[in-house]
Amino acid sequence: MTVWPSLVPRGQPARRAQMLRAQTRTELTLLLRNGEQVLLTLVIPLGLLVILSTVPIINVTGRRVDFFVPGVLALAVMSAAFTGQAIGTGFERQYGVLKRLGATPLPRSVLLLAKTSAVLLVEVLQVTLICLVGLLLGWHPHGNVLGVIAFIALGTAAFSGLGLLLGGTLRGLTTLAAANLLWFVLLSVGGIVYPLSELGGAQDVLRRLPTAALSDGLRQLLQHGAFAGWDLLALALWAVAGLATASRLFRWE
Amino acid sequence: MTAAALDTALEVVDLVKRYGDRTAVDGLSLSVRAGSVTALLGPNGAGKTTTVEVCEGFRTPDAGTVRVLGGSPAAVRHRVGVMPQGGGGYPSLRAVELLTLFSRFYAHPHDPAELLSLLGLDEVARTPYRRLSGGQQQRLSLAMAVVGRPELVFLDEPTAGLDPQARRATWDLVEALRADGVSVLLTTHLMDEAEHLADDVYVVDHGRVVAHGTVPELTSSAQAFVRFTGPADLDVDDLLRSLGPDCVGKESPAGTYLVEGPEGPTLLAGVTAWCATRGVLPQGLQTRRTLEDVFLDLTGRELRT
Repeated sequence: MTVWPSLVPRGQPARRAQMLRAQTRTELTLLLRNGEQVLLTLVIPLGLLVILSTVPIINVTGRRVDFFVPGVLALAVMSAAFTGQAIGTGFERQYGVLKRLGATPLPRSVLLLAKTSAVLLVEVLQVTLICLVGLLLGWHPHGNVLGVIAFIALGTAAFSGLGLLLGGTLRGLTTLAAANLLWFVLLSVGGIVYPLSELGGAQDVLRRLPTAALSDGLRQLLQHGAFAGWDLLALALWAVAGLATASRLFRWE
Repeated sequence: MTAAALDTALEVVDLVKRYGDRTAVDGLSLSVRAGSVTALLGPNGAGKTTTVEVCEGFRTPDAGTVRVLGGSPAAVRHRVGVMPQGGGGYPSLRAVELLTLFSRFYAHPHDPAELLSLLGLDEVARTPYRRLSGGQQQRLSLAMAVVGRPELVFLDEPTAGLDPQARRATWDLVEALRADGVSVLLTTHLMDEAEHLADDVYVVDHGRVVAHGTVPELTSSAQAFVRFTGPADLDVDDLLRSLGPDCVGKESPAGTYLVEGPEGPTLLAGVTAWCATRGVLPQGLQTRRTLEDVFLDLTGRELRT
């Protein structure tokens, strides 16, 4: 016969800071434990950076590494904030995890904040590694750090909104397929590794996508020391539109 | 205001919930007394889960009212524990990580390691959720429901698919919860589970309550009876002659005998004595109606379908 401890009721929510820490740690653990996520957020961006900077596959203006570090930074942000969030959230809905969390005292806002915090922490890791590898490859960055942070922050907001929109409305497997497909298409023609100027008439549309806005903005800043205000504005608009739509259409189960 | 002041933990009045043109819950009312175990008993599709999910705040009712611990479901989440029907875990998190995460949402949680050990899960504490067996996932889910020291617990089919040992552990925990003043609403389609655990039983079918009472209330009958099985074609008329004038009986179906009489103990003694003279060992002797009988009488349907 099991001897149970006292089960006398004492239900009281934890402090929000404690919940946020616990949930952020969980989100981070899930990201780093998932092989596909690590591949997408770290291995592929770093691999592309090394290969494209050292092997002349794609013609670019200026030094190769100076062209590719900003693009790979944009890819890293897209992978973590858009693809990773979409896939993770899609499956959490399908597995009933989000529904179950909804029955606990964890507020929705803290859950979303934890997801954002985890993405930001992953991005710190990504940016650190990409910059280190870039420097080893002879990268000469221009611009200022605040500008870079502004672009990455708005890019993260824009991609998170779109990722949560995708993961919050489609089924898990559909999200997986759509997010991976979009990731590949935007990697190819989103101005990340391939100069948009080579893409003819399509570039006028592609230039307005968040991928191009982020990679172009970072490139203007880091390669030429120029501030691309229109790119930053485009990212801000995507962020507002994506987050607003996601919060309207998001389904928890 | 403390919950101890409440004598009703949960009050549902005239609840209606529709999905499209299907009415899942059709004017259902129930109440759970504080510190008691209440069972919603009914076949699959009776509306049990929908009812519980409205009480948990997952669904909004189309009509009727739900008061949970004196408030709305959303206002009392920290005082309510929920065990849904299957699922709800991050597949790659280990059992102890999942339970620890849930414990961090509460100010005074149980020790996750202790809870795992009490539910027989200490050996799989470091196993990822997706590799746990169905029964282990169920028990972990139960632990997640009680880790925050709730005063009202919803258990949706808590022992579905459990082996007898795990089922016993779950029953133990439910009884321990009641002993410490926690209110429990559980759904089940297992009659013996309701009979064993519940202070009050609501028999539900087609989204309505078809019977309500304590188990003795529901299963009591005016006429005493003895039901047993044995070889087919026993001489029922001879049995009835041996029992005295006021008894009736029949064999239906073949090999199952039902004998009714004015007084239970005498009837049982008479039946077994007659069987002994025929060299027959009566099997499955039953002298009380079961909830299954009640359900069958009320709806004409089997409970387990």
